[in-house]
Amino acid sequence: MIAEFGQITLILALLIAGAQSVLPMVGAARRDARLMAFADRAALAQFILVLSAFSALTLIFINSDFSVQLAAFNSHTDKPLLYKISGVWGNHEGSMLLWVLMLSVFGACVPVFGKTLPASLKARALAVQGMIGVGFLAFILFTSNPFLRLNPVPINGQGLNPLLQDPGLAFHPPFLYLGYVGFSMAFSFSVAALIEGRVDAVWARWLRPWVLIAWCFLTIGITMGSVWAYYELGWGGWWGWDPVENVAFLPWLVGTALLHSLMVLGKRHSMANWTILLGITAFSLSLIGTFVVRSGVLTSVHSFAVDPARGVFILVLLVIATGGALSLYAVRAHVLRGGPGFTLISKEGGLVLNNLLLIAATVTVFLGTFYPLIVETFSNDKISVGAPYFDATFAPIMVVLIGFMGVGPLMKWRQDSWANIRPLILKFGLLISVVGLLVYLYGRSVLGAISMGVAAYLAVSTCVVFGRKIGFGKPGMGQRFLAQPGAVYGFFIAHLGMAIAMAGITSMSVWAKEDVQLLKIGAHMSVGGYEFTLEKMTPGQEENYQFLKGDVRVTKNGKTVTVLHSARRFYPVRQMITSEAGIQVRPMRNLYVGIGDGDAEKGWVVRAYTHPMVCWIWLGALMMALAGFVSLWERKR
Amino acid sequence: MKISLKALLPLFIFLALGIAFAVGLTKDPSILPSQLINRPFPQFELPDLFDETQILDNRDLQGQVTLVNIFGSWCVACGQEHGMLMKLAREKEIVLFGVDWKDTREKGMRWLERGGNPYTRVAFDEDSKLVIDLGVTGAPESFIVDKKGQIRYKHVGPITEDIWEHDLKPLVLELEQAP
Repeated sequence: MIAEFGQITLILALLIAGAQSVLPMVGAARRDARLMAFADRAALAQFILVLSAFSALTLIFINSDFSVQLAAFNSHTDKPLLYKISGVWGNHEGSMLLWVLMLSVFGACVPVFGKTLPASLKARALAVQGMIGVGFLAFILFTSNPFLRLNPVPINGQGLNPLLQDPGLAFHPPFLYLGYVGFSMAFSFSVAALIEGRVDAVWARWLRPWVLIAWCFLTIGITMGSVWAYYELGWGGWWGWDPVENVAFLPWLVGTALLHSLMVLGKRHSMANWTILLGITAFSLSLIGTFVVRSGVLTSVHSFAVDPARGVFILVLLVIATGGALSLYAVRAHVLRGGPGFTLISKEGGLVLNNLLLIAATVTVFLGTFYPLIVETFSNDKISVGAPYFDATFAPIMVVLIGFMGVGPLMKWRQDSWANIRPLILKFGLLISVVGLLVYLYGRSVLGAISMGVAAYLAVSTCVVFGRKIGFGKPGMGQRFLAQPGAVYGFFIAHLGMAIAMAGITSMSVWAKEDVQLLKIGAHMSVGGYEFTLEKMTPGQEENYQFLKGDVRVTKNGKTVTVLHSARRFYPVRQMITSEAGIQVRPMRNLYVGIGDGDAEKGWVVRAYTHPMVCWIWLGALMMALAGFVSLWERKR
Repeated sequence: MKISLKALLPLFIFLALGIAFAVGLTKDPSILPSQLINRPFPQFELPDLFDETQILDNRDLQGQVTLVNIFGSWCVACGQEHGMLMKLAREKEIVLFGVDWKDTREKGMRWLERGGNPYTRVAFDEDSKLVIDLGVTGAPESFIVDKKGQIRYKHVGPITEDIWEHDLKPLVLELEQAP
C-alpha cells in the first residue's frame, strides 16, 4: 500500500508542477494576481507531495519491504538502520527522488521567505522552478520509478554496495544535491529576470542568500566526498580528478564566480549580464553533473547505473533548460542595462578578473573531463586525461587567481590608482620571497616554495583587508569588529580558508611520501623517516561482514609513534572486499597504512604513506563553507 | 527585436558542446566496434583456471553457441551478474566460457567456489592477452560466439534477465538453428 501511496503522490506532484509552470506565467503576463498567487500554493503543495513520496520510500526501506524492487535490490534485513535509510538514496531511483525533494524544498522556500519580492518576478521564477520539476518528475515516473513492485517477492534483499556503507558517504549525496539543486534558484531567477527585463541590485540581493546556501552545501558535499575517498578507497589520495569529482567541482567554480558577481551587482549595479549567464551556467553544470553520474557516459567507479535511456532523458532536459535559457538571453540581453563604468584597477576590475580566471579554470576542468568523450566522438580511440594535465593547467590558473585574490579586496570601488597599491604589492612581494626562501631551505622544492609563499601572502593580505575594515589598532576597534556585516566576516573566513587549503594542497602535492612492499609478520619498511612494522594479522566477524585486521607499528628514531590498524572486509551479501585504511590524524601530518592481498607465507601487500598537512585542505574547505553561512547573517538596521 | 552577435555567443557555445555530447552518447561504448562483428574469435591459448597444465584455445569454442564472459573476483558488477549466469547454466540455456581476468588463481577459484561455477571452462587471463585482442573496456563483458567460432554479439556490463530475454536469447536461438 505504501508504494502505491508514494506512486500516487508523485503523479499528483507532476500534475501540479505542470500547472505551476504555465498558470503563473500567464498570470504574470496578464497581471492577474490570482493566477500569480497560484504559484505560491503550487510550490508548497509540490513540496508536501514529494516529501510524502520520499517518506513512503524511506518507510519501505526501513520496513525491508522487498516486494518493492528497489528495496529488494538495494537493501537487506541485516543492514544497520542508518544504512537502510541512506540506502534510499544510495541508488539511481532513490537519489533522483532526493534530487526532486530538494528542488521542491527550494521551491517552497520562495513563497515562505520571498514575501517582499515583486509579484510577477516571483510568479515567473516559480513557474520556471515548476518546469524543472516537471522534467525531473517525468524522468522519475517514466524511466526510473522507485515504487515498482517485484514478483515473486524475494526472501531477502541484495544489500547495498559496501563501499557506500559509510557515514561519510551516507550524507555525501544529500549535501551535494542540496548544492546542485540550490543553483536551480539562480537559474529560475535569471530566466524570470530576463523575461521581466529587469536585473537590478534588489534582485541580486534577494538571490544572494540562495546562491550562498547552494554553494555552502556544495562545498561541504565535495569536501565530504574528498574525505571519504581519502580513508575509504585506500589509495591515500584526497582528490583524483575523477570525472565524477570534476563534475561536482565545475558548478562550484562557476558558483564561486556567481557569488562574486552578485556582490558587484548588489553593490555597484554592474555586471548584470555576467551574473545572469553565470546563474544559467551554474545550474546547467549541475544538470551535467547529474547527467554524467546517471548516464555512465564517462565510466568511473561512481557510476552504478549505466542506462542510456536515462542519460538521453537528462540530456534532453539539459538542452531544453540551457538552450531555452540561452536563447532567451540572446533575445533579451539588450534590455539588461550596464551599470556605472569602472577602470581596470578597482575592486570591480579585480572581481572581473576573478570571474575570468574562475571561468578559465572551469573551462580547463571541463575540457579535461570531457575531452576523452569528444575524442571518442570523432575517432574510435578511448583515451583518458589524468592528473598531470590538471596539475599543469589548473594549478597555474589557481596561483594567478590567488595572486589577484590577495590584492583585489584591498582596492577601492570604481577607481583606484596604481600608486595606491604599489607599496603594498612590493611588501607582498617581499613576504612571498621570504616565506618562499624559508620553505625552500626546509623542504627543497621550488614549486612548493612558490606555492607556500603565495598561500602565506593570501592569508596576510586577507588579514590586512580585515584589519583595515575594523580599523586595527585605532580606538573603538572592538566595537567596529562586532559591528561588521556578516559578509565581511564571511570574506575573512573564506579567503583565509582558501589560504589554508592551498597550504595543505601544496604540501600534499610536494612532500607526501609513499611506498608499497610485501611484508611478512615482523618485517618493516621505511617511508618519510618513519618505520612501519607489520606486527600481526587477526581475523574476525562483524554484523554484516568478516574482516582481517592488521596491526602496523610506526616508529621514528626507535620510538613508537602509534600502532595503526588496517582491515580488509569481506561482505558476503555482495561478495565484495573493501579495505579500511589505518590512519593517525595529526595537524601537521597524517600516517596512513593500507593492507592489501597476501598470506602468511608470502607476506601481505602493505602500502604506507606520510601525508603532511592533509587535514588543512579539508579545514580550509570547511572554513569556506562556514564563511558562506556567516555571510547569510544580515545585521538588522 | 535586437539580437546582437555577442548575446548569441553563449548559445552557440552551448549548442556546439551539446552536439558533441549527443554524438558521444550515441557512440555507446557497449556497441561492438564493427571490425570485430562477424569476425572469427581472436586466436588464443590460455591456461585453465583450475588446472595450470591444461591449455584452452579456440577449439573450445567450436561446435556450439557459446557465451564468452569476462569476469574477475575484483569486479563488483560481476557479482550482480553472477546469479543470472548461474540460472543460465542451470537451465542449460547456453554454454558458458569464462575468462578470469587480471586475477589470481586462488581468488578466482574461491570466487567460483563461493558463488557457484556456471562455466563449462574457465580460462585464466592474468596478463590481459585475450582481453586486449577482444577490445574489452571493463568487466563484465560478454560475447556470443557462433558454432563456427565467429563473434556475433558483444554486451558490455552485467547481463540481466531483461537483457538476456530481449537481446541475447533471440540471437542465441537463431544461431543454434544454423548448421
